[in-house]
Amino acid sequence: MYDANKIIPGLIIFALFMTFPFWYNLGAEAYSTPELELPEDYERCIESTEFMRAEHMNMLDEWRDLYVREGYQEYWSELKQESYPMSLTKTCMYCHSDKEEFCDRCHNATAVDPYCWDCHIEP
Amino acid sequence: MKNSRRKFIKFAGMAALGWSICPSLAGARSGPRQSADRLRAERWAMVIDSEKLNDELMDKCIEACHKLHNVPDIPNDQNIKWIWKEPFYNLFHDQSHGYLKDKKSIPFLSLCNHCDNPPCVRVCPTQATFSRDDGIVLMDFHRCIGCRFCMAGCPYGSRSFNYFNPRNFLDDDQLVHDYPTREMGVVEKCEFCAHLLDQGDMPACVEASEGAILFGDLNDPNSDVRKVLRERYSLVRKPKLGTDPQVYYLI
Ligand code: SF4
Ligand code: SF4
Ligand code: SF4
Repeated sequence: MYDANKIIPGLIIFALFMTFPFWYNLGAEAYSTPELELPEDYERCIESTEFMRAEHMNMLDEWRDLYVREGYQEYWSELKQESYPMSLTKTCMYCHSDKEEFCDRCHNATAVDPYCWDCHIEP
Repeated sequence: MKNSRRKFIKFAGMAALGWSICPSLAGARSGPRQSADRLRAERWAMVIDSEKLNDELMDKCIEACHKLHNVPDIPNDQNIKWIWKEPFYNLFHDQSHGYLKDKKSIPFLSLCNHCDNPPCVRVCPTQATFSRDDGIVLMDFHRCIGCRFCMAGCPYGSRSFNYFNPRNFLDDDQLVHDYPTREMGVVEKCEFCAHLLDQGDMPACVEASEGAILFGDLNDPNSDVRKVLRERYSLVRKPKLGTDPQVYYLI
């Protein structure tokens, strides 16, 4: 091989560089789902826990367009057989009233920084 | 056997067809609903009765609006206002003259005119400002990028820009939790209380005005606003510009 003395160290550096995230995190704590403080007075959310965990951000995104732009006000929950205002503050944070013990725990653990509360007021 | 398979496929085909035409047949599902109390109109319009309004009432209207919508009071020329007092001569300078009796310096209420042909909507690059079917020119603060084209476009100065974080000028204990504040770099203005109408309530300033401000459907010949416009003399601001403003002033 021509230039093996350059190519091989080059490949090694490349491989080290590409696997950086793996060995950098060696020995680091494994991700564990944060403990959330759930509202005491309510048994279930407006949709299943799995759905809310995976989809709440999409749901809120849809809600804001429907509420602000399309004139919808309420969300009919098949699970609870009840209507709720399509509102972060009036519905979600009515039950989950402690942002730090609920919203923030997961958001911090997964390093996302939603800007909802730059404008919406936390209870 | 053959027959029943044939039946099954037929039935499945019909069901799929029916489903695609009317998905709700598949059973009620979670989803958005409009409020049963929603107030509807073909064209919302406001009529301000200058005879009935006085200084105290105007202050009440302004306070009701600004309180409800968490509008800060910033003590310099970068203040935010949705509804405010303006002398007659400023509002109607193209329809008045220097020797006008009485009215010249009398303050009137000024707010967004929810124009039928709104330049602010036309220039907004993100559709953060848009016209609803019922004529309300509404803002979606989520989308506003703060380019201020709309402020250049609006010939009435109805819009305010947030030069600062408005929360710095709002008392935390006084915030109305049901309505968000804005953030720095966002434009705001009167929204004809569209979200109150959607839930079945009249605009806050109308409620506070003790009958001096009327609000109703301009397309309904029997509505209060149409009646009073038939009976009394009224003005709109800068009619020559062709924006077709929908806030009427009874003189
Ligand atoms: S008054 Fe100004 S902000 Fe309001 S709709 Fe007309 S152009 Fe737009
Ligand atoms: S400042 Fe906001 S509302 Fe105004 S034109 Fe730009 S994006 Fe649209
Ligand atoms: S209609 Fe609503 S938003 Fe507009 S000035 Fe009156 S109270 Fe304020």
